[in-house]
Amino acid sequence: MARKNSRQWLWAVLGWLVAILLFFPIFWMFLTSFKTEVAAVATPPQLFFRPTLENYVAIQDRANYFNYALNSIAVSLGSTFLALLLAIPAAYAMAFFPTKRTKGTLMWMLSTKMLPSVGVLVPVYILCREAGLLDSRIGLIIIYTLINLPIVVWMIYSFFKEVPKEILEADRMDGASTQQELRHVLLPLALPGIASTALLSIILAWNEAFWSLNLTTFDAAPLTAFIASFSSPQGLFWAKLSAASTLAIAPILIFGWLSQRQLVRGLTFGAVK
Amino acid sequence: MSTVTLRNIHKQYTDVEIIKGIDLDINDREFVVFVGPSGCGKSTLLRMIAGLEDISSGDLLIDGERVNDVPPDKRGLAMVFQTYALYPHMTVAENMAFSLRLAGVPKQQRLERARDVARILQLEPLLNRKPKELSGGQRQRVAIGRALVRNPKVFLFDEPLSNLDAALRVQMRLELASLHDSLQTTMIYVTHDQVEAMTLADKIVVLQGGVVEQVGSPLELYHQPRNLFVAGFIGSPKMNFLTVTVSAVNDSGTTVQLPGDASVTIPVKPSSLSVGDRATLGIRPEHLRLDPNQPTLTGEVLVVERLGGETFLYVRIAGGDTLIVQTDGDNPSRTHDRAFVHINGDFCHLFDQNGESIAKTRRHHLMNETHEQPYQNRVSYQAE
Ligand SMILES: Nc1ncnc2c1ncn2[C@@H]1O[C@H](COP(=O)(O)OP(=O)(O)OP(=O)(O)O)[C@@H](O)[C@H]1O
Ligand SMILES: [Mg+2]
Repeated sequence: MARKNSRQWLWAVLGWLVAILLFFPIFWMFLTSFKTEVAAVATPPQLFFRPTLENYVAIQDRANYFNYALNSIAVSLGSTFLALLLAIPAAYAMAFFPTKRTKGTLMWMLSTKMLPSVGVLVPVYILCREAGLLDSRIGLIIIYTLINLPIVVWMIYSFFKEVPKEILEADRMDGASTQQELRHVLLPLALPGIASTALLSIILAWNEAFWSLNLTTFDAAPLTAFIASFSSPQGLFWAKLSAASTLAIAPILIFGWLSQRQLVRGLTFGAVK
Repeated sequence: MSTVTLRNIHKQYTDVEIIKGIDLDINDREFVVFVGPSGCGKSTLLRMIAGLEDISSGDLLIDGERVNDVPPDKRGLAMVFQTYALYPHMTVAENMAFSLRLAGVPKQQRLERARDVARILQLEPLLNRKPKELSGGQRQRVAIGRALVRNPKVFLFDEPLSNLDAALRVQMRLELASLHDSLQTTMIYVTHDQVEAMTLADKIVVLQGGVVEQVGSPLELYHQPRNLFVAGFIGSPKMNFLTVTVSAVNDSGTTVQLPGDASVTIPVKPSSLSVGDRATLGIRPEHLRLDPNQPTLTGEVLVVERLGGETFLYVRIAGGDTLIVQTDGDNPSRTHDRAFVHINGDFCHLFDQNGESIAKTRRHHLMNETHEQPYQNRVSYQAE
């Protein structure tokens, strides 16, 4: 009994340590965003200081935060919507009408995530340029949809697999067409799973930086580009960079906080039943 | 009128054949039960009839029309699943009315129909509950109700009672019997519970390894099993089998030598068996008697199983075989007692080397009545 208790203690302490370790940079960034540039780079680092809002004011002077934020919202919602639109039928087919190659197809889809993005930067860039999609929201939406599609399909596939086959057979006996089956039976039953998939897709799209930096300049630039714009050739402005980052991640952090239950279910999909 | 006809039905999965050519005629208003050991293809066959599984080859006819390629809902069938398969996110009423909703029946009308059916099944107080708020028996009733609402030509049941406890199973069995009686529709029912099969069926289809072993009324299968498999499968406890040697054959019967020195004459017609051949004698536990005055076999009582109303004795006889003997509940036998078992040749079955049953000289007296029921005298159920 005592042994078990001390074991649990150990795990709890370890858990807290990891959590603090993960959270510390964000916390530090948050603090730094309220420091002056001088205080931000002071050694030793200052934990106590006189907070200032000047960084936030400066940022607003230099760039229009809301433009970037609007782009982020449009791109993450748009790409998530599009990914779901494609993934639901794909997962439906693979979950309920599997062939011998279904497992292979799923693995292949996932394997595309193993390729470093930079490897296809040039072809993708040229394709976007030819299609006139550089620095456009549509372009980013398409790219993000394709990036997230494998994981979205996988997740929805595994949520569909949890729906008992007999229920679908019952609705077919009841005369449901494929569309009716999806709308009246399958989607309502898989809704929690689809919701967590959507959340994850939104978060991934929101935080994506590689493609947004390379494919947008101004019109379609999302918040990740907004942050990057503060590490300018004139030098690093730590405090302003921190303020920008805080502003950029604040919405998604709040969003994630509000939906954490769904998120945990989604991220551990299949693992806990 | 709704008949179901199977003509040389096969089912092939990539490399294995599951159903190996089944011919079957199911008459209008008949209650047909598929029985057989696990994995013999009962569910597969039922699902092929339902349209949930493709038919590899052969013809499936409903009311004389080939329906191999007709989608499930257009076949006019309704199915009750072993797991109930209720829609978890819908209320009982919505579950039952779902098929009507898909068919575009106005809300008022379809809820009314659901209520009518709920009344028949005593589900009215539960109409607004979700499936997870129901007991197993209630869920089963809702599943039956959902099938009933569609007013199908044929009901299909796949082991509908196997998830219920024993008492509830008996109750639901009775309800199903009276439902069939009042609905007067054709029903096809899969089970591996032979009590369900015997009590519910007009006609039992015994399957094994994807082929039909025998089709007949419950009593036909009980009294005239066609082979060793059916003889052993129908009846509980199992029929006793003894290896015997043929010692005499004539028109009125065949005499066989039992282990030990006794012999029994079984009233079977002359057959391929001749003197000296090995054969199998089958006799049911309920047809064996303990009789110290005219023992055919003697042995030692190994186990005594008292069920109250009856007692089963497991008797080891010379040669090492064990016989199950059914006696009355008050039988005083105890373990290690000597048992004197009398075998009446009239109750015995004889099987040749291939396990095929040898025809008796007389049919069982109950066999002369057919299992066809006098439907015209029954109350008929008005759906609308
Ligand atoms: N999709 C499939 N692919 C290959 N074989 C299958 C498939 N579905 C079922 N089988 C096989 O077909 C055989 C018959 O299965 P079926 O479910 O019809 O048996 P059953 O008689 O209903 O058994 P039980 O009493 O256990 O329900 C089994 O041996 C099973 O392994
Ligand atoms: Mg089965």
